Amino acid sequence: MSEFLQQIVNGLSLGSIYALIALGYTMVYGILRLINFAHGEVFMMGAYAGHYSAGVLGVQAYEGSGSGFPVLYGLLVLGFSMAAAALLGISIEGLAYRPVRSAPRLTPLITAIGVSLFLQNAAMLIFSPNPRRFPPILSEVRFELGGVILTNIKLTIFGVATALMLGLHLFVQKTWTGRAMRALSMNIDAARLMGIDVNATIRATFAVGSALAAAGGILFGLDQITINPLMGVLTGLKAFVAAVLGGIGNIPGALLGGILIGLAEQLTAGYLSPDYRDAITFLILILVLLVKPEGLLGVVRQEKV
Amino acid sequence: MSTSAKAELRAPRWGVRALVALGGIGALYAGTFGLEASLHEYAQRIVLLSGINVILAVSLNLINGTTGQFSIGHAGFMAIGAYASAFLGSALEPVLHGLFGANGLTDALIFNIALLLGAALAGLSGFFVGLPSLRLRGDYLAIVTLGFGEIIRIMFNNASFLGSATGYFGNSPAGLPPYTNLFWVYLWVAIVVMLAWNLTFSQTGRSLSAIREDEIAAEAMATPTTRLKILAFSVSAAGAGIAGGLFAHMQSGIRPEDFKFDKSIDMIVMIIVGGLGSVSGAAIGGVFVAVSLELMRDLHEYRLVLYALLLIVIMLVRPEGVMGSRELPHLIAQWFGRRRHSSHAGAGGTS
Repeated sequence: MSEFLQQIVNGLSLGSIYALIALGYTMVYGILRLINFAHGEVFMMGAYAGHYSAGVLGVQAYEGSGSGFPVLYGLLVLGFSMAAAALLGISIEGLAYRPVRSAPRLTPLITAIGVSLFLQNAAMLIFSPNPRRFPPILSEVRFELGGVILTNIKLTIFGVATALMLGLHLFVQKTWTGRAMRALSMNIDAARLMGIDVNATIRATFAVGSALAAAGGILFGLDQITINPLMGVLTGLKAFVAAVLGGIGNIPGALLGGILIGLAEQLTAGYLSPDYRDAITFLILILVLLVKPEGLLGVVRQEKV
Repeated sequence: MSTSAKAELRAPRWGVRALVALGGIGALYAGTFGLEASLHEYAQRIVLLSGINVILAVSLNLINGTTGQFSIGHAGFMAIGAYASAFLGSALEPVLHGLFGANGLTDALIFNIALLLGAALAGLSGFFVGLPSLRLRGDYLAIVTLGFGEIIRIMFNNASFLGSATGYFGNSPAGLPPYTNLFWVYLWVAIVVMLAWNLTFSQTGRSLSAIREDEIAAEAMATPTTRLKILAFSVSAAGAGIAGGLFAHMQSGIRPEDFKFDKSIDMIVMIIVGGLGSVSGAAIGGVFVAVSLELMRDLHEYRLVLYALLLIVIMLVRPEGVMGSRELPHLIAQWFGRRRHSSHAGAGGTS
């Protein structure tokens, strides 16, 4: 029983990271009907931004002296990485996606694959292909609760992810920009006629989605300890599956999908075989698409001639 | 075109066709024999890879270009073809060697049986993947094929009788027999290109294009869209299987690593460069990718960065690729037609 609970705890923390990344996929897809393949690479770049900014703030010195990295600095690292990723997301959108926005649907999709490939290889060039240790911006404290080992890192992951998702919910529901995003996802032309600045809103969508992915990157680094230039490929795909599972274009769906994928992966690894932890995600994807293509919380879109 | 010209272009009879085919094979054999003698190993490898790429691109183009569906997991079918032909070839080898003796002719027989079996298995898995998933449209299909491609690779990664992650190296310690040579690769290139060409310009091919142009309209015209999509998908997967078999017998062994998502992207780059929907364009793209990746080898780690940039730039500047949806033979015919009698309209133009 305690082992099962342990897997659940691990699955929840992994799942909340997937959920953070899935939000970016789902928001962009909701508006542009584009699978932003480069989103996984934004997540990876966010993790590296965290790695370097923590280095600048002197994380080594703190580690050497034995005193923990100040929480304020940790938040600074998170903020910097989110800002850098937002900038990256805006640049990707402006340079690569906007020129092909009105082209046939395959063109942006292939462009997105190209951007993803470019960022992966650029990262291998800049950061070297070798994995790096993610700096201990939070020193681990373990404690036990009813036979289940909890760490402050797992709790932080869960807490930060929840806080960010609540923030996103408020942003999308309560601000003008959020309202504009929702309008765009309903009907982009009608939104334009209502005087919404379509380009600015899309830019904001990419900025917010990328910032959340970067936060996911930091949390992933904390959890997994090492980061590498290709970490965005598989994690990005899984987050995308999470978005599809929840119903793509649907924000609460991304959250639900992320958690479910995280749990499924941990339980497969724990009870079946770690070899199949990646395959289970794709199996879920295929089953969902065959049985309920609109996802758990999605709405069926009528195809019109 | 006048009726007399039509009569002239009437298809030759079977005997004539067989003679032409035999002559072609003879010429191909002599040509590749000469090339093999004159090219050094490195150049030969590029020519071999170009041929394999042409097979991959022309097959993928059938589903992505002609039918307008989007598969981004074709490396999976290539992997099935590669593993199946390597494994079955290795199983057949002792049996047939025992029956007919270990000579070149027996080896050719083993190789081609293995290739066909690999293609059949790849095509069959294409059929089973396509059966449920081709009801999905657009990017959803893309993701499902991606998922299948990954699952196939993970399965090979865990199949201990196929060497798991270390790879499959056949029976002998020297690795898989190096059956693949210029003659076989280009014979299969000719077969696959001819099949793809005939399929594209047959009535079925027109229906496939109709699905690409407007699936709902095609359905309204009583085109069996799902059945045709599955047909195109299976044929396309079988083609990738042939390429996989040729690829496997080009080196001592195959690893699941060789069939990663990157390989699927390579194939997509080929057909994008050449022009989606054009058979000759796909062939051009296949050669282009093989040659350019080799030429850029000296750039080391900058190579893939440039490659990705190239893909983005093509999409931004010329998304229809080199050929668009036109065909090289048609263009040539048009060009000559215009020169010979400029008053006539060009022959066989596509729209």
